[in-house]
Amino acid sequence: MKLESLKAGALSLVFLAVFLGIWHLATLPKAESQGAVDEYARLMGKGAKKSDGFPTLEQMREAFVTHISDPFYDRGSNDKGIGIQLGHSLGRVALGYLLACLVAVPLGFLIGMSPLLNQALNPFIQVLKPISPLAWMPLALYTIKDSGASGIFVIFICSVWPLLINTAFGVASVRRDWLNVAKTLEVNPLRKAFAVILPAAAPTILTGARISIGIAWLVIVAAEMLVGGTGIGYFVWNEWNNLNLTNVIFAILVIGVVGMLLDFLIAKLQQAVTYVE
Amino acid sequence: MSFLQVQDLAKRYTGSTVFDAVNFAIEKGEFVCIIGHSGCGKTTILNVLAGLDAASSGTVIMDNREVAGPSLDRGVVFQGHALMPWLSVMNNIAFAVKSRWPDWNRIQVQIHCQKFIDLVGLTGSEHKKPAQLSGGMKQRVGIARAFAIQPKMLLLDEPFGALDALTRGTIQDELVHICAATRQTVFMITHDVDESILLADRILLMSNGPNACIAEVVENTLPRPRDRQRIHHDPQYYRVRNHLVDFLVNRSKLYQTGEAARPAQPPVVRPGVEVANEPLAKIINLRH
Repeated sequence: MKLESLKAGALSLVFLAVFLGIWHLATLPKAESQGAVDEYARLMGKGAKKSDGFPTLEQMREAFVTHISDPFYDRGSNDKGIGIQLGHSLGRVALGYLLACLVAVPLGFLIGMSPLLNQALNPFIQVLKPISPLAWMPLALYTIKDSGASGIFVIFICSVWPLLINTAFGVASVRRDWLNVAKTLEVNPLRKAFAVILPAAAPTILTGARISIGIAWLVIVAAEMLVGGTGIGYFVWNEWNNLNLTNVIFAILVIGVVGMLLDFLIAKLQQAVTYVE
Repeated sequence: MSFLQVQDLAKRYTGSTVFDAVNFAIEKGEFVCIIGHSGCGKTTILNVLAGLDAASSGTVIMDNREVAGPSLDRGVVFQGHALMPWLSVMNNIAFAVKSRWPDWNRIQVQIHCQKFIDLVGLTGSEHKKPAQLSGGMKQRVGIARAFAIQPKMLLLDEPFGALDALTRGTIQDELVHICAATRQTVFMITHDVDESILLADRILLMSNGPNACIAEVVENTLPRPRDRQRIHHDPQYYRVRNHLVDFLVNRSKLYQTGEAARPAQPPVVRPGVEVANEPLAKIINLRH
């Protein structure tokens, strides 16, 4: 078992090395061109060492060092440290996600416990669920009239569906036996909800939570590109406008790592509430 | 008036009757088993007694009060043990104890739970989760949970059905001891003829469903204390056993077709000491 994971780790490193090797070879500076063209290039103000624009590994390394050594600087609205940008994005996600939990879990409980409500609300959920969260953006901007709050709303609306559906499903499929135990013990409804239904449905609810956080993190980048101002999505867009691909690639990596950490966090939480039958 | 009185109980669905005209009574401290083939409505009767299901007609009166809905007065041991897998053994029982005595503090609850964990022989497994227990141990926790709330009556829905013969025997012994010690009133469903002879004071025989009824009440005259290892040496044992098996194999289907009359009040028979309503002593005398 341990040997297996060692092997897998080594193989991962090999893959990484191959990938970086290809990158390195692909971005090697072009060999000095012939005189005339060279002179033309100089006339056009292009430096000889310039490659075709895609950053080299060395440039990437430099970008990493600068960004990570000073992540929290703030030099005006278009020049903030990566830490500050991430903070804004995470703050929006956290707020929108929390709101979604506060709405979806209780509502999911109701839907899960009442087949009538389930049937009545199902058409709405089915229609609203597949709507791209960004499609809500104009409506949000018009009604809320605040770009920051609109971003949070978009996160809310995209996180709410998986949470709602999974909570309802988890609550509806709590084993009859456990509910009967609660009944014969004359457990009051509130205690039944918190001591029987919630722990029984928790793994399913957290599956929904895990899907939601993934979607929320996908959506925040796009939303911030639209809304602008702050955040990792805006950072990517801003650096694209600056034609600074090094920073764009750096940001892409950061988005990936943070998304992985968020998923890991919820997965840990899910592990904690999962039970073996 | 008996402790538990079941009068004219019936369960019907549109177009079919599961059982009707079910009448029986249980005295305080009595252990009553009900035997019958699958589909005769045994579990429905138990669920009605538990308050988990409603009968189509008829009444159940326990301790001079009509049974309407579940109550802490009646503890249930479920067929599939119904333990909550996210709680430890101790907490599964504590969940019930806290429901019964909400004012108790943590220490009181724990001491009470421990007493019943010890009673069913699970000392040392208090903090295990149900998934870490064998089938027999799980069912013991279910029994401890039901006993721990000290109900006026205990309802057991074929509690040992899923256990292997060896484990079943041990737990049966434990149940005999616990019931003897607590004088608990018990109503139990079983498919196991030997189990009913070991445990019951009276055995209700149900005819086949649909249209099932209680065809006969067998008084189990084997003397107590009964020992599982030696009970089959008792001369009464095979007479009772044969009577039960004969009913299940040959007679239980006759009530549907009308070949046997459906009794309004099921006749009480004592196959251990009497044969066909003749005292056994008389028959033995005739032979001499």
